[in-house]
Amino acid sequence: MADEIRAEMVANVWKIVVADGDTISDGDTVVILESMKMEIPVIAEVDGTVTVKVSEGDVVQEGDLIATIE
Amino acid sequence: MFESVLVANRGEIAVRVIRTCQRLGIKAVAVHSEADAGALHVRTADESVLLGPAPAAESYLDIDRVLEAAKVTGAQAVHPGYGFLAENAGFARRVQEAGLAWVGPAPEAIEAMGDKVAARNAMIAAGVPVAPGTEPLADADAAARAAAEIGYPVMVKAAAGGGGIGMAAVFDEDGLRAAFETARTRAERFFGSPRVFLERYLPAARHVEVQVLGLADGRVVALGERDCSVQRRHQKVAEESPSPGVTPGLRAAMLAAAVRAAEAVDYRGAGTVECLVPADSAAEEFFFLEMNTRLQVEHPVTELVTGVDLVEEQLRVAAGEPPVLDPDNLPQPRGHAIEMRVYAEDPKRFLPGPGRITRWEEPSGEGIRVDSGYTDGDTVTPFYDPLLAKLCVWAPDRPAALERAREAVAGFAVEGPKCNLPFFTELLSSPEFISGQYDTGLIGRMRS
Repeated sequence: MADEIRAEMVANVWKIVVADGDTISDGDTVVILESMKMEIPVIAEVDGTVTVKVSEGDVVQEGDLIATIE
Repeated sequence: MFESVLVANRGEIAVRVIRTCQRLGIKAVAVHSEADAGALHVRTADESVLLGPAPAAESYLDIDRVLEAAKVTGAQAVHPGYGFLAENAGFARRVQEAGLAWVGPAPEAIEAMGDKVAARNAMIAAGVPVAPGTEPLADADAAARAAAEIGYPVMVKAAAGGGGIGMAAVFDEDGLRAAFETARTRAERFFGSPRVFLERYLPAARHVEVQVLGLADGRVVALGERDCSVQRRHQKVAEESPSPGVTPGLRAAMLAAAVRAAEAVDYRGAGTVECLVPADSAAEEFFFLEMNTRLQVEHPVTELVTGVDLVEEQLRVAAGEPPVLDPDNLPQPRGHAIEMRVYAEDPKRFLPGPGRITRWEEPSGEGIRVDSGYTDGDTVTPFYDPLLAKLCVWAPDRPAALERAREAVAGFAVEGPKCNLPFFTELLSSPEFISGQYDTGLIGRMRS
């Protein structure tokens, strides 16, 4: 069962820190969002293989899927 | 006086500058991005010009487009507000080269104070006290050596920085090395310069700043101080004037030093000299932090205790006219004022949350001033900073101001985006804040 990481707020995708297929751990930063002049790191909450669903420069809405971890 | 002024900003500060222009019979020209097409500052202005797409780099920071907007509307002066291009010496120069008046200090003064290391050195020369610190450092090894010499804790700062970005307090060498690299990356990204320096960190300090005004005839006057020690992420959330932590003797010394600081760079217009005051020191010391060469977000608290309209004074200086205030008989601060920055962020973790405003009800009444950038039905987008409005109160003394602030917060309703108003209810019932004996660690202690 894949763990889904969703956006907590409307934001711009500033930086993607991981690559598709990377093995990551609980606590690793997956992407960095930017909203209202603030950088907001999006953190993995499980260990697994990551697939990123957004691109740098995208605008995500609250609830949009950012990445999955299997 | 000018017939027309272009306001190169958005949100509450654009609205606030436009209102003074209109009171003085000056046509106010707004500029805006596509995201701000129907924004309050655009609706308030007499005329408005679209600059470009939502990202600030393609709109509010696009110097060519702002100058083109001034040209097509026949504006005679440019008021930059704060943030965006306000402390961009290149922009000030371009405004002047276009034959327009720049509502701010000379580009040379902006440059002298814009580089924090150069500013520190200029202040030392002018006899203004600064905290022990360094020149920009080449790498983490050099930083580690310098920090060992200054003594931990130290503050890591971007030389070209501002707004708390890239700043970090570190307590040991591991922390320093990590913070140094982070600061370099952020400084490069936000300010286009990776230069980073160190300054001794005062763990318990108040952030107190002095409002100065450089007049058209070259004289500099000081209009009291503001206490800005209520901070999260090194950014201010609430301010008050006078500072409850400053004695008359310390105040006199700080005001005199602020005037010397401004005189050292031949300062014209409104500016702010920021200082740190050690909270636990009986020595009544203070250290220069930086000078902000523009109107400050929290200028209303000074206006409320002095009765001075700082934007009007800025415009008069820019037009070469004498001030409204009497420089030989300065208005003495009267009563007490508090400003609360109403942000689109949650009141616990202070994370931003944009959205459409479905309810907006401002408090009103004696001693209440609200400077807003939004109202009912407006949408707060993720593109700009989260300041929605500044809720300001004035009363004859501090206890009365605290009580008025509580009533004003209770009377302010914002629904839709996240909003930090509940934080102020908490702040105004904090024994430490009520006592007046607080420092920049206040919010951290409230959250621990």
